Amino acid sequence: MSANWSDPRPLSPFTSVWRWHVTMVTSILHRASGVALYGGVFVIVAWLAAAAEGPKTYMKLMSVMGSIPGRALLFAFTLALSFHLLNGVRYLMWGKGVGYDKETADRTAWVVLVLSVLLTLAIWATAYWGLNLLSVGG
Amino acid sequence: MRTSYKNVTGLGSAHKGVEHYVKQRVTAVALLVLIPLFLLQFLSSFTSGYNGVMAWLGSPFGAAVTFLCISAMVVHMRLGVQTAIEDYFGGFLRTLGLWLNNLFSLALWLTAVYALISINFGS
Repeated sequence: MSANWSDPRPLSPFTSVWRWHVTMVTSILHRASGVALYGGVFVIVAWLAAAAEGPKTYMKLMSVMGSIPGRALLFAFTLALSFHLLNGVRYLMWGKGVGYDKETADRTAWVVLVLSVLLTLAIWATAYWGLNLLSVGG
Repeated sequence: MRTSYKNVTGLGSAHKGVEHYVKQRVTAVALLVLIPLFLLQFLSSFTSGYNGVMAWLGSPFGAAVTFLCISAMVVHMRLGVQTAIEDYFGGFLRTLGLWLNNLFSLALWLTAVYALISINFGS
């Protein structure tokens, strides 16, 4: 990454030297979703601070997050969270030595990819139709 | 043990690896429970608007779940992003990145704690 990198010790391998496969995709997505969720924690803390500040600030934040770009951002955070949480279970199992063989790792990668999309849709369907949440606003 | 040569060059093990590994996994397992709990409670309090949210955050259980969840998230995200910075950046950029990561994580946590205290004990 750095142009004048002089440390002779190895860095992480770059994507250009690997053939794409599903466990690599989940590995990259795990890091990407983790970094994205950094912003997600920021939004949660902003929401908490706005609630403490008072109803006026809270309503202002609600109108920003309730707008179409705001909802798209929240949807992306939900997807990142669902994936990171489910894929994290895979890593915890690997740490116990479970499911580490190639076939199982490939299969669970696909399962996690599909389940994280389904979980995200389930959460948003519940919010929209089950709880009628986003019409509540503040 | 670190030799003086290692200290000068900054190479070799910093002996923080096990602590990093254990912290990341302990917070991961905690979050597997805390995040669903937080989301369920958050969503049901959210339906009653601002007053519902304040009532939930002002209850002992709601405040505790929120505090534990945010604390575990901040520790987990700080360690994760630290690893990403160490993987992709070297030299000054790495130092700067690690500083910003620590400061940002601490600032988020302190803001959350202050907000929870003022909701629960403020006038």
